[in-house]
Amino acid sequence: MLQSKSFVRKTKQGKVIKVVREHYLRDDIYCGAPFCNICDSKSARLSSSASTILIFDTNVVLNQIDLLENPAIDDVVILSVVLEEVKNKNLSVYNRIRALCSNSTRKFFVFSNEYHRDTYVKAMVGESPNDRNDRAIRVAAQWYKNHLGDATRVLLITNDRENKRKATEEGISAETVESFVKSLGQPGLLDLLVQPRSEDVGMEEVEDLRPSKRKILYTEHKPMSEITAGLHCGIFHQGKLRVNRYNPFEAYVGSESIGDEIIIYGRVNMNRAFDGDIVAVELLPQDQWHEEKSLSIADEEDEEEEDVHLVPSSADDAPRVPNPAQGSAGGANTVSSRPSGRIVGIIKRNWHSYCGSLEPMPMPAGTGGVAYALFVSKDRRFPKIRIQTRQLGNLLDKRIIVAVDSWDRLSRYPSGHYVRTIGVIGDRETESEVVLIENDIDSRPFTSQVLSCLPPLPWSVSSEDLANPMRQDLRHIRVFSVDPPGCKDIDDALHCTALPNGNFEVGVHIADVTNFVHPGTPLDDEATQRGTSVYLVERRIDMLPKPLTEDICSLRADVERLAFSVVWEMTPEAEIISTRFTKSMIKSCAALSYVEAQARMDDSRLMDPLTTDLRNMNALAKVMRQRRIDRGALTLASAEVKFQIDTETHDPLDIGMYQIREANQMVEEFMLAANISVAAKILEHFPPCSLLRRHPSPTKEMLEPLLRTAAAVGLHLDVSTSKALADSLDCAVGDDPYFNKLIRILATRCMTQAVYFCSGDLSPQEFYHYGLSAPLYTHFTSPIRRYADVVVHRLLAASLGIYKLPAIFQDRPQLTSIADNLNYRHRNAQMASRASVEVHTLIYFRKRPTDTEARIVKIRSNGFIVFVPKYGIEGPVYLTARGDKGGGGEWLVDEQQQKVKKSDGSISYGVLQTVRIHMEVVEPQPNRPKLQLTLM
Amino acid sequence: MEFVSPEGFRLDGRRPMEMRQIRAEIGAVANADGSVVFEMGNTKVIAAVYVQNRSQQINDQALVRCEYSMANFSTGDHMRKPKGDRQSTEISLVIRQTMEACIMTNLMPRSQIDIFVQVLQADGGTRSVCINAATLALADAGIPMCDLVTSCSAGYLNSTPLLYLNYVEDSAGGPDFTVGILPKLDKVTLLQTDAKLPIDMFENVMQLAIEGCKAVANYIREVLQENTKQLECRRGT
Repeated sequence: MLQSKSFVRKTKQGKVIKVVREHYLRDDIYCGAPFCNICDSKSARLSSSASTILIFDTNVVLNQIDLLENPAIDDVVILSVVLEEVKNKNLSVYNRIRALCSNSTRKFFVFSNEYHRDTYVKAMVGESPNDRNDRAIRVAAQWYKNHLGDATRVLLITNDRENKRKATEEGISAETVESFVKSLGQPGLLDLLVQPRSEDVGMEEVEDLRPSKRKILYTEHKPMSEITAGLHCGIFHQGKLRVNRYNPFEAYVGSESIGDEIIIYGRVNMNRAFDGDIVAVELLPQDQWHEEKSLSIADEEDEEEEDVHLVPSSADDAPRVPNPAQGSAGGANTVSSRPSGRIVGIIKRNWHSYCGSLEPMPMPAGTGGVAYALFVSKDRRFPKIRIQTRQLGNLLDKRIIVAVDSWDRLSRYPSGHYVRTIGVIGDRETESEVVLIENDIDSRPFTSQVLSCLPPLPWSVSSEDLANPMRQDLRHIRVFSVDPPGCKDIDDALHCTALPNGNFEVGVHIADVTNFVHPGTPLDDEATQRGTSVYLVERRIDMLPKPLTEDICSLRADVERLAFSVVWEMTPEAEIISTRFTKSMIKSCAALSYVEAQARMDDSRLMDPLTTDLRNMNALAKVMRQRRIDRGALTLASAEVKFQIDTETHDPLDIGMYQIREANQMVEEFMLAANISVAAKILEHFPPCSLLRRHPSPTKEMLEPLLRTAAAVGLHLDVSTSKALADSLDCAVGDDPYFNKLIRILATRCMTQAVYFCSGDLSPQEFYHYGLSAPLYTHFTSPIRRYADVVVHRLLAASLGIYKLPAIFQDRPQLTSIADNLNYRHRNAQMASRASVEVHTLIYFRKRPTDTEARIVKIRSNGFIVFVPKYGIEGPVYLTARGDKGGGGEWLVDEQQQKVKKSDGSISYGVLQTVRIHMEVVEPQPNRPKLQLTLM
Repeated sequence: MEFVSPEGFRLDGRRPMEMRQIRAEIGAVANADGSVVFEMGNTKVIAAVYVQNRSQQINDQALVRCEYSMANFSTGDHMRKPKGDRQSTEISLVIRQTMEACIMTNLMPRSQIDIFVQVLQADGGTRSVCINAATLALADAGIPMCDLVTSCSAGYLNSTPLLYLNYVEDSAGGPDFTVGILPKLDKVTLLQTDAKLPIDMFENVMQLAIEGCKAVANYIREVLQENTKQLECRRGT
């Protein structure tokens, strides 16, 4: 079939030039109904007894995607013209509708009407593209009607009045979404509907105020043409809006055109933009550039305030602090050197659905009727959303998901619609679910296609594996693993043998995941999507199905397992003489926990071979660690906490800091060494397409808060290089033992996170890993829980000639997108872990009001932020009562000294000072518990 | 970008293994010895062949020369195309070498064969169209050839081998192979690409391109037969 049937030329108007493309029309496109006796029904997707076939127009798909995802809607024909329009208007909706079409449990069929001989429509003279597409939809509906005959009703769903009228004239049955959903007789579905805008349908009673009385709150968005022109001549600046996580009334637009961040203060200047939107910003005149208003903790407009939260682990999570040092240093006459601006237009919306709850409100008199409620997102960066619901009583104490539909100039808040309920607020399971949804983590069970890729169970090493010449038999070697207690996904094991020449043979054995996860399989696709396992306090969401994670790949004790090994010969001074990579087969003799390993090393009576190995390794690790530190690697500290969980109720029983032992550092050291060796190897073989990990050096601005705090306590830090910083951190010893750790924690949060990247995308200087002070680094050692390691395993195997390099590595854009996805998933997994800890902290303190010691880490005008070392949390302590803004004068902030003083000088608090605080869970509003810190 | 939809259609409505529409018109230039306008989709090329005697040249075989150019109006930008730039020199060379492989030059001693190829409209895969046009023009001029060289390209996008990329698909930057074969002799005379492709995928793409070449060859043969019939008719035998 090499010739096309007939031939029509389609002309698309570009900017200036005329582009002519061929457009082949064909007669081998089928209708997708299994009962059709004309068409080939092999690829039929609709149900065999469909009495009604639905066809949606573009706007319905765009707006009502939540409704379409509901299983009540089925037997749908999606036209390719609709898909194309949706794709151009909103990619995320396009992906969702595509997912629906490929979901085998749903009966959605894609009809390529644009390529069909009978349904292709040529634009008429003077017809707008929209009208042409509407006509194409009607023609396709007509075709279906004639094609399937009278037995099946073809129903066109459109909210466009003109389109509906024309369809009815042409004899196609057409309905609006509202009347169609009503006819289904499921009232629950009605909440999913997006409320039509007042222009679409002539209903004006949307709000009780008459339109004439309604105040215009926001300035109008400029039309796209004006924005483009403005961007071109430099009046406007384009960038992605990022709202301050800790103060939703402050946002930043990183603009390339002025090379700085533009600050946007207040909702009016933000002009209805959401976090993540691509916006056009106009700079305000310089005299309106605000002085730092964010110095106070709470806010003017809303009753919102800073929450108690976990200590940030890097600069990416930390609240953004403008540096007043610049402003105050310049003298009194300078206003502020930070440009501020206002948003004039939105180039691309980033609306999606949000998790949260309804604002508490009294029940309206008549139950069951339609009520308007305000939805408060859990993520404070998003404004409240107005929704309409018929089940208010049901939803008030629930966590729900809401999607945004529109935001017009007259309303303070955007309007949206209810999507679904997660569960009761405060319930541990609900809150965990919220954490997962908010971080876009897929916690669904694996599909049967994915599970079918697993090897049959029970699995054991086969004779084929034994016979494989590429696989070395290392079962005779004394291999062991050291992991946290209770670890089931053991992906690394070690060995250390003394050689006759006085050197040591040290091996790192990593679970051979790529032996089971083959590229291009559903299993691999799923793992690519998930990117990483997610560890919550009470559960783990696996990247690979459980049999692989806990059994087949896990390097458990006393069973034969396949591994990918890095074996070095090292001198007693830990100099690497040779490096060898091989696929192997091992039999671990012990799965130790860190505590056990530490105990063995410390117990001088034990002289068994395993303990000797441990001691040898530890000696080597210490040398390696020292050498790494001498080279300039940073030892940063984080305040990780560990919960003890009740096995029955899964409620937290106790929390405490995670203790780091020598054994942890020993394992870490060898993993680092393995990763570095592998990074060098793969980059040598595949310079353009290796997956590496880099850690960008922090900029001066990022380290500014650290330097200011250090200066306030009389400490000088040299931040010129990582080496200098490491040295000055070592010298930072105060009177109390915790001081050094505190400084390190503060330093950690100034750093950005390390990221994965494709080696072809950057120049070799940029590969540098700042934290480890290593020129090259990658992740190789945890393939069970990180997909990056799987990719690296494949690269390493290909460099050894074991497998061919999968096709995907040829496609650099695709590799880059994998790296980006991994970074995204990795970051989300971390955020989710932290959020989960926060949820459990709240549950823990609910029954246990506690007094404890805390350290001041930041000074604000009406209080300070404290860090509670024992529980690893951070939160505000107010000196003045809230709402008492006028009387705030009795407390003075000293910027230079980082102190807050009472005006009569009787009391003062300085940064890093120790204070006693009281921690208690309070419920200022029903169903909204929060942790409150008060000074004792 | 999505070059093959999940339904299996390319941007122009073809399936991955389908060819573009081919059209040929023999005798487009009356005063040439052989000429043709050849179209594959929207790519359109005119080729003219002149044969002259040149006794001072090499004595035992014919000299083949080729000049390739692009019309200023062939692309959307209407830019003045430089003559004799690197790209046209390279394509001229490619066409000349491919044609030399099938012209039986030893049968035409002391003569010079000039092949002029001009792209009238460019929409991807110009090389292949030029070679096919040159073959037809040579055949029209009655130059002895051992086989009809035909050419076709194939690419690899969205993990699918695609036959004969058009301009949009070509500018996606994926691998694109131009293949020329002698269909009767089953020999490859041309294989060009500027991208990397693993060998196992390459085999599929190559096979697809060869299938394409054979289809072109069939079409060219039909055109020639049709043309010959008409000539016969006009002569009135």
